[in-house]
Amino acid sequence: MSGELSALDLLLSADPTLIAIVRLSLLISLSAVLFAALVGVPLGACLALTHFPGREVLIVILNALMGLPPVVVGLAVFLLLSRSGPLGSWGLLFTPQAMVIAQTVLVAPIIAALTRQTIEDLWVEYRDELAAMNVGPARRVATLVWDARFSLVTALLAGFGRAAAEVGAIIIVGGNIDGFTRTMTTAIALETSKGDLPLAIGLGMILILIVIIINALAWGMRHVAERYAG
Amino acid sequence: MMNRRTVMVAATLAAAIFTAPVHAQDKSIVVSSTTSTQDSGLFGYLLPLFKQKTGIEVKVVAQGTGQALDTGRRGDADVVFVHAKSAEEKFLAEGEGVKRYPVMYNDFVLIGPNSDPAGIKGTKDIARALQMIKDKQAPFISRGDRSGTHIAELALWNKDAGIDIEKDKGSWYKSIGQGMGAALNTASASNAYVLSDRGTWISFKNKGDLVIAVEGDKRLFNQYGVILVNPAKHPNVKRDFGQQFIDWLVSPEGQKTIANYMINGEQLFYPNASDPGA
Repeated sequence: MSGELSALDLLLSADPTLIAIVRLSLLISLSAVLFAALVGVPLGACLALTHFPGREVLIVILNALMGLPPVVVGLAVFLLLSRSGPLGSWGLLFTPQAMVIAQTVLVAPIIAALTRQTIEDLWVEYRDELAAMNVGPARRVATLVWDARFSLVTALLAGFGRAAAEVGAIIIVGGNIDGFTRTMTTAIALETSKGDLPLAIGLGMILILIVIIINALAWGMRHVAERYAG
Repeated sequence: MMNRRTVMVAATLAAAIFTAPVHAQDKSIVVSSTTSTQDSGLFGYLLPLFKQKTGIEVKVVAQGTGQALDTGRRGDADVVFVHAKSAEEKFLAEGEGVKRYPVMYNDFVLIGPNSDPAGIKGTKDIARALQMIKDKQAPFISRGDRSGTHIAELALWNKDAGIDIEKDKGSWYKSIGQGMGAALNTASASNAYVLSDRGTWISFKNKGDLVIAVEGDKRLFNQYGVILVNPAKHPNVKRDFGQQFIDWLVSPEGQKTIANYMINGEQLFYPNASDPGA
């Protein structure tokens, strides 16, 4: 109990180290979700509305990529960004940027796959109407994504959940450097290895609390927006 | 679909993320080091003092010694600070490092459950203790991760106790492939013996029923060394800042600072930069 209290104390007393860790965690995971959405939403929508040979195979692969092991993504990004790797001259290994890249790779397939399913379901409803209006493919994608925007929030939240929860990728490419690349999950891993299990559990509870708050905010915003959208 | 505001936010965020830390990188170095130096809290104590004096920020990536040296080999660190002399000398022989400086030492301790199933408590002879653990098939946790502690453990089994552990190990010997803290957690949860560096042991918070079973054998000596990664091989290495860090560690001031680091009145590391054979 005392450990949970001490973690709570850290939070309530606005401990600067803890605040910085929480801030970095949110910044990295939210950025990753944003970049992944910029890639994943159009990709998923296009896949939902186009027909070409091998489409089914691509969908199966995309769905499977939702289960990409973070540690494998971490290792791949690590090898790319290492000084001995092809992108070594960028000097990004062991930086927050590298962590955003790794999480974007993890999250993009989740957002793309869920977008594909959402848009495809909606397409069944809209098909006749859009066909009658005779709109081109680009407009079709835009219309459907816009009309599905509230459902797509769930896809973004699924992506955020994945990003906020994972430790395997960011601990490899970020290095868990104190005050620079240490996030909630890597701090929990570190405290566990130091044997400070109560503090680790306390940090874990704070992380869960933050994820709940983010989801509640998204839920609230969705309802307000839906009301205005009529 | 992607309205202009979303794109603006994305662009701003991207700009913020991808430019902010560049300034912070100007006067900083990456040191790949061992879990023991981080988990024991030594770096948390040393680095702010070093930064105050020089303005150089030291970013520590804590890994096992083998992995830390590999990080140097790939050019991803400016300095390596590790504890396995044989592996460090190999690193130098490959031309990956400039020069090895001895910095400090502490010692390894054999940790075990208070119930002492192998009956070794109190013995000062580490080789004899390992033989008894093997004879009694008492549970033993090995790091199994090419860390300095793992390398030392293998040498104690193979050289000092005369046991070919690769061949003679049974289900009582579990290699977990993880850091020191994780190994101590595992030993604590399964009432097993485990070799630990003293610094991590003192600062470890989940001791449970574990106690020191064997200590004080001079074969348990644990030397730390620091090496600048060779800038001739890895041009991105920050030679000046890295060398400044090394020079400070082995200077009288750095050595005194290391000696002053204590937990509960217990000194964790003993400086010995002036010992040329260390």
